[in-house]
Amino acid sequence: MYDAGKIVLGLAVFVGVSAFPIWYNIAAGKGAYAVQLEPPPNGTKQCVAETANGYMRAEHMHILDEWRNMVVRDGKRPKVTVDGVHYDYSLSKTCMNCHSNKEKFCDSCHTPAGVAPACWDCHVAPEDK
Amino acid sequence: MKAVSALVAVIVLFAIAYMVGPSAKFVFGVAVPYAAMAVFLGGIIYRVAFKWGKAPVPFAIATTCGQQKSLPWIKHASLENPSTTGGVILRMAFEVLTFRSLFRNTRVAVKDGPRVTYDGEWVLWAAAMLFHWSFLVIVLRHMRFFTEPVPFFVPLLQAVDGFFEIGIPALYLTGVGLLLAASVLFLRRMLDAQVRYISLMADYFPLFLVMGIAITGILMRHFMKTDIVSVKEMATGLATFKPVVPDGVGPIFFAHMFLVCVLLAYFPFSKLTHMAGVFMSPTRNLRCNSREVRHINPWNHPVRVHTYAEYEDEFRDKMIACGLPVDKKETEEPKKAKAGEKKVDD
Repeated sequence: MYDAGKIVLGLAVFVGVSAFPIWYNIAAGKGAYAVQLEPPPNGTKQCVAETANGYMRAEHMHILDEWRNMVVRDGKRPKVTVDGVHYDYSLSKTCMNCHSNKEKFCDSCHTPAGVAPACWDCHVAPEDK
Repeated sequence: MKAVSALVAVIVLFAIAYMVGPSAKFVFGVAVPYAAMAVFLGGIIYRVAFKWGKAPVPFAIATTCGQQKSLPWIKHASLENPSTTGGVILRMAFEVLTFRSLFRNTRVAVKDGPRVTYDGEWVLWAAAMLFHWSFLVIVLRHMRFFTEPVPFFVPLLQAVDGFFEIGIPALYLTGVGLLLAASVLFLRRMLDAQVRYISLMADYFPLFLVMGIAITGILMRHFMKTDIVSVKEMATGLATFKPVVPDGVGPIFFAHMFLVCVLLAYFPFSKLTHMAGVFMSPTRNLRCNSREVRHINPWNHPVRVHTYAEYEDEFRDKMIACGLPVDKKETEEPKKAKAGEKKVDD
């Protein structure tokens, strides 16, 4: 190999950069990420939508977006009915009535996923009871 | 036809992962990603160290569109034709980060008049810049899935990338940029008869592959949402070598990741290795100091030569005897002349 020193140095940099997730995770020392969601503290089992198969995990923002548009922009506040119970289109009154702890519920996914939802630009998270 | 077969190939790859992925999670979620990464790294190392590294590059190529360092009163183009290592690093940085030689690329055309023009291919350069920088930002943004905690640069990039807050979640400009640039590069190959003539399946396939990756990624973010927390569990599992099989992620995710794996595995054996090759370009990475330093070709073999001086030494007496002119008259030491071995440059 010609210019072996330079080639080895270049390849070492390349492999080092490519392996960023490996050494970063070792250096950060947290290991693999595993989701830990707090179930509703008030013991509710019923959600406003399907929670199985990651549906609510994937779609909750889409639902909240529709609710927001309906309530804030169109000035309507309809209700969603699940098993005969009516729920307001409301983040604070409906969602956070059960999922009352923002740190233990919302942030436990949003922070690791690097997601910064704009909810809290307007809403105030309920205080811990 | 070449474009069609490339498109069909990408669609088949997409369909395989989309249909088989969710029922073969270990294969598509763990085995294929590891294999693809191993082929990517091993392939690049093989290509650089064991193929290109074996080709000797003896001379600095000084014909690189700028005045070489010469006499003090001749203006030296220190960036185009650097004579120092620092200058070479600068030239290489401009090449890698701004595609300087592509920017300089011109194309001969005959226009109305008739007159000959040498216009730059600015559209090609702009599309290439958009393509590569978007791709880089996208790769860096994806580090949020592979690392825990999220590295500091990811939120910064996300904030800039989603600055216009179009839709929820915010549309990333780089995603659109990548798709747009790949489309321009594809249309250039389609619409320009001369470029179409020289385009091969190996030119279309990576373009369609990247388009497929971008489209599945945008679909997953905005339309066919998937549970990204499970994706992160899987991705950090891969990065920490404790692989977990993802649960609750849709077929679109397997399609997205499989196309990325194909891209990684295809990388070292295709035109895409220009990522490594740009650093091995002898017109970019050598100091242009051929007026200061004598470069000897390392594979010169010794050449047997017989110089005129040696010839005259050998035949001086006979030459003088028959009246031929000689350079040296003195014959006092009729040293036995012998044909010496002398090393010369080719």
